Amino acid sequence: MALSIIHRATGIALAVGALMMVCWLVSVAQGGDAYTALNGFLSSWIGRLMLFGWTWSLLYHLANGIRHLAWDTGSGLELDAARNTGYAATVFSVLGTIALWAAAYSMTGAFS
Amino acid sequence: MSMQTPLGRVRGLGSAKNGTHHWWMQRITAVALVPLTLWFVYSILSLLGAGHAAAETWLASPVNAVLMVLLIIATFHHLQLGLQVVIEDYIHGEGAKIAAIVIIKLASFALAVTGAFAVLKVAF
Repeated sequence: MALSIIHRATGIALAVGALMMVCWLVSVAQGGDAYTALNGFLSSWIGRLMLFGWTWSLLYHLANGIRHLAWDTGSGLELDAARNTGYAATVFSVLGTIALWAAAYSMTGAFS
Repeated sequence: MSMQTPLGRVRGLGSAKNGTHHWWMQRITAVALVPLTLWFVYSILSLLGAGHAAAETWLASPVNAVLMVLLIIATFHHLQLGLQVVIEDYIHGEGAKIAAIVIIKLASFALAVTGAFAVLKVAF
């Protein structure tokens, strides 16, 4: 039950994220100054917090969305199966977020 | 006994007189978004800290530009369908509900075109 409202909440968060994706594309088209300015905002603590939230939201909405697609075919609807895939989607989104941010920080060298 | 399939019977029905269309389009865009978002996350990860020139080169590549436009179309189509349901569930005044849905649909369309234009501007 909680997972269902989280699906909706992450969807709303991702709609805002889509707005940022368009801002980012426009900044690439605009040129170096606009790109650097947006990069500066996204690199700030508030920007990173937003990106972190969008990372988790995306992975959660993705995994839980696949659950929904499976349910639409009629499979995975039994209580046990639904509970297990719910846990799996949650664990995947949390571990995936940690893995992506660990990869990001190790690539940009911010851990050193 | 009807020879019609269950899908055929509900098509064209429903409160908005378009039956399963909303549901069906949300599923189709969802399926498209699975590979597209994974590709996008991987791409962003590879562009981290690389600067404007690298982002421009990445977006100018035909494969990336096409995938990016597909991602934009699928994302905004999917999100306006999703937000429409949220609005229908939580906004109860009929006037406010219709106004919010119109705003969401127009804004989504405008943002999608803006994003696609930015991609094409870099690509050409």
